[in-house]
Order: sequence, then structure tokens, then C-alpha cells
Amino acid sequence: MSELKEELKAKIIEQLNLEDVSVEEIADDDALFGDGLGLDSIDALELIVMLDKDYGIRLSDPKEGRKIFESVQVMADYIDANRTK
Amino acid sequence: MTNKLHIKSYSHIKRQTVSVNGNVVFKGDDADFPNFIKSAYKHLKTSYSKFFKMDNLSKLAFLAADTLLMHESLSEEENNIALILSNKASSLDTDRKHQKSIENQEEYFPSPAVFVYTLPNICLGEISIKHKLYSENSFFIFDRFNAEHLYLYANNLLQNNKAEKVLCGWVDFDENSYEAFLYLVESKGEIVHNTEEINRLYNLL
Repeated sequence: MSELKEELKAKIIEQLNLEDVSVEEIADDDALFGDGLGLDSIDALELIVMLDKDYGIRLSDPKEGRKIFESVQVMADYIDANRTK
Repeated sequence: MTNKLHIKSYSHIKRQTVSVNGNVVFKGDDADFPNFIKSAYKHLKTSYSKFFKMDNLSKLAFLAADTLLMHESLSEEENNIALILSNKASSLDTDRKHQKSIENQEEYFPSPAVFVYTLPNICLGEISIKHKLYSENSFFIFDRFNAEHLYLYANNLLQNNKAEKVLCGWVDFDENSYEAFLYLVESKGEIVHNTEEINRLYNLL
């Protein structure tokens, strides 16, 4: 699980082009949206594509992302329980 | 009114160089555009976190505009500066990236962050958001730099009080070929606003 969280942090930084943010600076429980990393709605869509592409998880309702993308910890728990690849 | 209009300032970004009013403000040593524009952004102390999410065309237009508008006393609420930009390659660079992500049915993963930039006028939105411009904006595609069209359109906007100033120019990006030339038209300034001067400044560097 720890490995998955580190992997997610690296992917979030790279795929969402978070300049000047390092893996070490993202805590497992940091909010990804709002006051946390400040991600926006396009970032949320990008994360949905990432779930599908890298972990074989297809969200049927984009609104599900609101809960799943709360933090790296929540994302990792969800991926661990639902991944198909 | 037409005779009273001037080009107050202008900027160029091309051949790894950023210049304002003909003076070089940054010269990079990396031929790769993403690395060059990132270095220029940092050197010019442009503070805007969304910059790194933009596509190449928007980064080019945004930085060329920012180098001019940072010297203007802009309101934090709203600024009546119209935008008229143009180029030849439209959003082709990003269109190709999007095409690549959807051409294989087995690996069909279009990126929303790429897709939103598959129109050239998105760069106008990026500039407008940063500088609080709620004014007219247009993006034209031409075979070559068209000073006459920009001149007529800017004159029309200013003569009809549709804007206080107009930021005009050319921002073209295709693969690793790039060129930006922007200029600000208003009543103040030392350079007369006419097609001869626009072409002269375009060809200056």
C-alpha cells in the first residue's frame, strides 16, 4: 500500500503538471482539491482517465470521483480494492 | 481618432529569446521549447501556477502578453483591453497530441487536459483570466502575418469605444517552431499605429 501511495503521488505530479511540488510534500491525507493541492475540474477528469488507463478502473459516474479523489490515502484504498490491472 | 492611436509597447519571443520593445529580457540556451519557455517563465518571475498546465501555444501567448501587461497599471477587478491574436498553425501542435491519444482503439485514452487546448483561442482565455480582461477577443488564422487585418480590427474597436486598449499580434507554434510578436495599441505611445510600423516591428528581431 505504501508503494502504491508513492506511485500515485508521482503520477499526480507528473500527469497534472504540478511544478515545484515533490512527492515528499504531499501527505497521505492532504486534500487534493480545494485548499490542498488546489486541483481543478480538468484535473479530476485526468485522474479518472488515469484510473482507467493504469489500474483498469472505469468510473461510470464522474461524481464518484469526488469521494475517491479526496486524498492519496482514499485513492490508494479504492484502487487496492477495485483494480483489475 | 485613428491618427491618435499609437503602439505603446511590443514583445517578441522567438529563437530562444524574449524581448520587450526591442530589448532582450531573456535569452535561453535550450533549443527545446518546453525547457526554454520554463526557463523564461522563471527568469521573468511570472507567478501563475496554471502556466505549467497550459499547452505550448498558450504558454507562448501567455508569456508574450505577460511581459507587456506586467508594465501596465492594471486593475485587480477588471481591465478593458481587447485581444486580437492570429497565427498560421492554429492549435495543430496540441491537435496532433490529441489525435495520437485516440488513433489506437486498444489504447484509447484521450487526455481531458490536452483536449481542452484543441482550439487556438484558448490562449486568449488564459491571458484574460490572469489579467482580468472581460473584453472583446478574437483569434484569426492566416497564411502569414497580416498587419492590415490587425490594424483595421484594432482601429475599429478603439474608434467605437469597445476597448481602451488592444493587445494584438501573432503567436504561432508547430512542433518545435515558435514565434510570438505582440503589441499594445492605445492613445499613448511614441510609435504611430499603422501597417508600416506594425510590419517594421514584426520584422525587427
